[in-house]
This record gives sequence, C-alpha cells and structure tokens, in this order.
Amino acid sequence: MSEQTIIDEIKTEENLVYKKPEALKDTPFHYCPGCAHGVVHRLIAEVIDEMGIQSETIGVAPVGCSVFAYNYIDVDMTEAAHGRASAVATGIKRVLPDRLVFSYQGDGDLAAIGTGETIHTCNRGENVLIIFINNGIYGMTGGQMAPTTLENMKSTTTPFGRDVSVMGYPLKITELVAALPGTQYVTRQAVYKPGLVRKTKKAIRKSFELQKENKNGTCFIEVVANCPSNWKMTPVESNKWLEENMLPFYQLGDIKTPNGRK
Amino acid sequence: MSKLKLMKGNEALAEAAIRAGCDAYFGYPITPQSEVLEYLSREANKRTGMTVLQAESEIASINMVYGAAGTGKKIMTSSSSPGISLMQEGISYIACAELPCLIVNVNRGGPGLGTIQPAQSDYFQSVKGGGHGDYRLIVLAPSTVQEMSDFVKLAFELAFKYRNPIMILTDGALGQMMEKVELFEQQPREDIITGWETIGKPEDRPSNVITSLHIKPDKMEEINIHLQEKYKKMEENEVRVETIDCDDADYIITGYGLVARICTKAAQLARDKGLKVGVIRPITLFPFPYKTYFDIADNVKGILDVEMNAGQMIEDVRLAVNGKIPIEFYGRMGGMVPTPEEILEALETKLIGGKDE
Ligand SMILES: Cc1ncc(C[n+]2csc(CCOP(=O)(O)OP(=O)(O)O)c2C)c(N)n1
Repeated sequence: MSEQTIIDEIKTEENLVYKKPEALKDTPFHYCPGCAHGVVHRLIAEVIDEMGIQSETIGVAPVGCSVFAYNYIDVDMTEAAHGRASAVATGIKRVLPDRLVFSYQGDGDLAAIGTGETIHTCNRGENVLIIFINNGIYGMTGGQMAPTTLENMKSTTTPFGRDVSVMGYPLKITELVAALPGTQYVTRQAVYKPGLVRKTKKAIRKSFELQKENKNGTCFIEVVANCPSNWKMTPVESNKWLEENMLPFYQLGDIKTPNGRK
Repeated sequence: MSKLKLMKGNEALAEAAIRAGCDAYFGYPITPQSEVLEYLSREANKRTGMTVLQAESEIASINMVYGAAGTGKKIMTSSSSPGISLMQEGISYIACAELPCLIVNVNRGGPGLGTIQPAQSDYFQSVKGGGHGDYRLIVLAPSTVQEMSDFVKLAFELAFKYRNPIMILTDGALGQMMEKVELFEQQPREDIITGWETIGKPEDRPSNVITSLHIKPDKMEEINIHLQEKYKKMEENEVRVETIDCDDADYIITGYGLVARICTKAAQLARDKGLKVGVIRPITLFPFPYKTYFDIADNVKGILDVEMNAGQMIEDVRLAVNGKIPIEFYGRMGGMVPTPEEILEALETKLIGGKDE
C-alpha cells in the first residue's frame, strides 16, 4: 500500500479527533518553540468556529511578537500602532456596534506605551474584548524590561535583575482595570498546561458571548505567558519558571465577573 | 428665503461635517478648535446618528480614527498644533494603510505650547509629511468661513477618491471669527463599501487586513512606489489656486488662508497708490500650485510671500519660480497677524525699493 492510501484510509470523518480550526489560516506560525502566542491564537480561532462568528468578528493586532496575528487568525483585522490597539478597537466598535471586536496585545504594548488607551477603553466600558499576553518581557525587540517584569528578573535592560528602587514595580494592570466600573469581566489565565488551556478558551468564549449579549462593558483576559527565547530557557524550563515565579505574583483566576466581584 | 447664516469658522466646519454625512468624529479639546467637538457633541448624534467621542488624548483620537476609517465610513478628527503633533505617528499609519479620513488643524502659534493665537507655523508639518516616512496628505487651506464649510465636503470626496487622509489646515482666527456662510444641503450617511474594508469577513472573500507593516524591503518599496504614484496623480489633478488681479500685475503678493485675504487688501492699497499688484492664493498646499508661480514669474518683477510664520511656504514659492525673479518674505510669528499696511510697506521696501533707498 502506498503512503497516500494509508493516509486516505486514516483520514476519515469518524477518525477525526483534532483539526486546524477554520478560523486559522494556513500560514505556519513564526513563533518560537514553546511560545504561548500560537496557543492563544488557536483558542481564539476555535471559539470563532464554535460560535460561528467569523463574519462578525474584527480583530486588532498590536506591535509586538504578535504583530502578524492577522496572518494567522482568519478574520478582518487591523494592525495598530504600538500601544494603541484598544483605541483602534474603540474606533471600530463605535461605528460598527454589532460586530465583535477584540484587541490582542503584549505587556509592553498594553501596560507601558498603551497604558492610557487601556485604562480609558476599559473605563469607558467599550464593548470589546482585550486579550493581554503577559510574558514579563519585550519579546519582539529582544528581551528588554517590560512593565510586568518581576522584581529581580533579568532582562537585557535589567541585566542584574529588576531593581524596583530604580525601575519601579511590576504592574498588575489587570487588577487595575478590574477596579474600573467600565469592565464587566476580568480574568487572569495561563496556557502552559492542558487544563489551563481549556479554562482560557472558556474565558475567551465567555467574553465573546458577553459582548454579543449585552453592552455592559469591557472584557479583559490576561494570559500569563512564557518567553523561552528571551528568558533564555528551554520551553519546558520556561513553563516551570512561569509556574514558580510568575504565578505567585500574577495569580490565576477571575478577578471580576459580570455577577459581581470575586 | 436666504440660506445664509452667521457662524464661527469652527462651527461652520462642524456643521459641514454633519451635513457631509460624516459617520464619526473623535477628538480632544484644545483651543482654538474646541468648538468643533462641542458643536458636534451638541448637534451631531441627534440629527444624523453620527458618533461623537471625546477621547483621552489626541493619540487616542487619531487611532480611533484609524480603526473607524478602516470600516470605510466617513471619519474625522480635529485639533490644534500641539495635538496635531501628537497625532503624527497615527497619520503616518493611516497614510500608509491608505485609509480615507479628514484631519483638521486649526493652527496656533508655536513652537511648544506657544499661544492660542492664530499662526501658520505648521505648514512644513502639514505639507512635507509631519510624521515618519514618505507620505503626503492633500492639504486644503480655507480663507473664509464659507470655505471652512465647503472644504469639509470636498475633503471627504478627495479622501475617498484617493483613499488618503486629507487635512484642512486653517488657523485660530478663521476658526474663531464669524462670517456669513451658505451651508450645503444635508447629505445622506451612506456606506461606500468597495471591498477593502475591515467590517467582518463574509464566507466568500478572504479576510481583509489593514496594516502598514511590510517587513520585506522589496514589498515595502512596492508600497512606497504605489503611494508616490498616487501622490503624482494628486499633483496632476487636484491643484487648486486662486489668482486675483494678476493679469496686468508688476508685482505679486502671495499667501494662503487668512493671510491671503490680508494680502488682497494690501494689493488694493497698492493699486490705490498706482502700483499694479496681484495676489496668488494657493488653496491646496499639497499639491502646491508650482506651475501658476512659474508661469506668472515671466510677467512680473517680483513676489512678496507673506505668512504667519518664519517663512515656510516661501520654500515652495522659490522652488516654483526657480530663480526667475526675486522673492521676498514678510512674516509675523507667535500668533501675530500682519496688517495690510505692514504688507504694503514690506512690498515697497523689500521688493519695489523703498523711498529712502
Ligand atoms: C512607537 C514605537 N515604539 C517602540 C517600538 C518598538 N517595539 C516594538 S515591539 C515592542 C515591545 C513589545 O513587547 P510586548 O508588547 O511585551 O509584546 P511581545 O513582543 O513580548 O509579545 C517595542 C518596544 C515601536 N514599534 N513603536
């Protein structure tokens, strides 16, 4: 039997256990091995498929490693200037209120250069979803300190570790936006274990559902993520490091839900 | 029944935005243009359903414009000089992504925080790029409250014709002063969807992407070549200029916007004294009416360029005339407005040759 026939025999509907979501393009991810961006992209695509919302969804890509998110996620997308994704999302949502709009941003993008836009988008209660990938570092530009870099954590611009007396403190922007009346759902998730991946997907789905159902404000999902390349670790080491160092500070779970604070 | 109304320049502009069928305005208060945001906040939504949003900054405003303009709707913002400076990164993105929109700069005196009084010191910024990269805006320079209104409609037409941001460059005096204006009829708010917009992807088309990122240099060069070809078309088709009493003129005074009106008065004073003086008023600052100056230079003895700045447009006038005749400059800065008498004196002393020389 030729290889192709074997493949054809296996490739039948009843044998299907896993496939690429329709809302993911065929472009191979450019992300480093072990990076969380690809996992979260996939989750967004899965939710879009399952909810059947591809034609209503408009995304906004940031400047950062996920600047090319539009090459992967198969919906109409706009690539924003560094930090401005939530303002761009606001512009889209304000003129197309019946579309489902999300921004996808890194920690430098969302919590340093774009802090103003983040806070005010959430404070206006824009009915958009903000997905925030917190890898504690500037990935795209090669590992500089991020606003979320942990105390004593090394980066190329904190080569001896982040000295908070000089560089300030790691910023818990998610708790900050949860305190704003404009947000309706604020949660912190991770994707380094299968169970957590499922939870993150649920959070994404819930956010799109809330955006579709009501106009009660911004949904905000932080995903605590690794950056093996710039943390200078293997993917496995980076996940372990994330669990042992990032999670005690950035604790997982819902911070605010539509039915009241948690 | 007269359709004439007495309106402030800024309010006529805002009213024109509503009537042009503008879908959304995003802006941030700054003197001397806050009336645009105020007027729209009061009038727009209830009349046409137009979205009006006070953003947290000009940076946010222009990026809201970027997002909203990507849906193919008629989108605008306005500000004054310091705010326009903050918008430059966004304008560059919008120009590269080829999104139609209107940006209004009610120029005030700078540099820095400067003054809230009128100036033309943002000419370079508006006409030569302003933000990073090789891009151009069509820049319209109204000189009356009537044109503050008319040019809004024109700006949206040009924005969609070229898929390009258009700037109305005016100043604090035109923004604040009241004049009679005949308003054009209310246009419908209608979507002009042509296929590139990010509005949600139907099954039968690939997803649309609005981006200014083209990481491969050959692709980025291709984009640049395309943009330059577009700007060339604008130069061929969109030059607008007014010439006043130039046919028999020995001398020309030139200026744009408010200054052009003062120049016209100065030219009248000159004619009263027996001096044959005409006026050239560029209406589009980009594309600049180079040819008008080049041709007139064969028939006149010199040009006095007048601006409310240290001399910016004069560089384009010199380029246009290409050394054929002398060109002199008279300017006031920092929010000061020249008088016709000052201009006449400058014409006589700098160009014609003063009595005491
Ligand atoms: C105005 C501006 N400033 C700086 C940069 C350079 N820059 C690109 S990405 C980036 C940081 C991205 O880090 P983050 O948002 O954490 O995302 P990651 O790459 O880690 O996913 C910076 C500083 C830029 N493109 N634009």
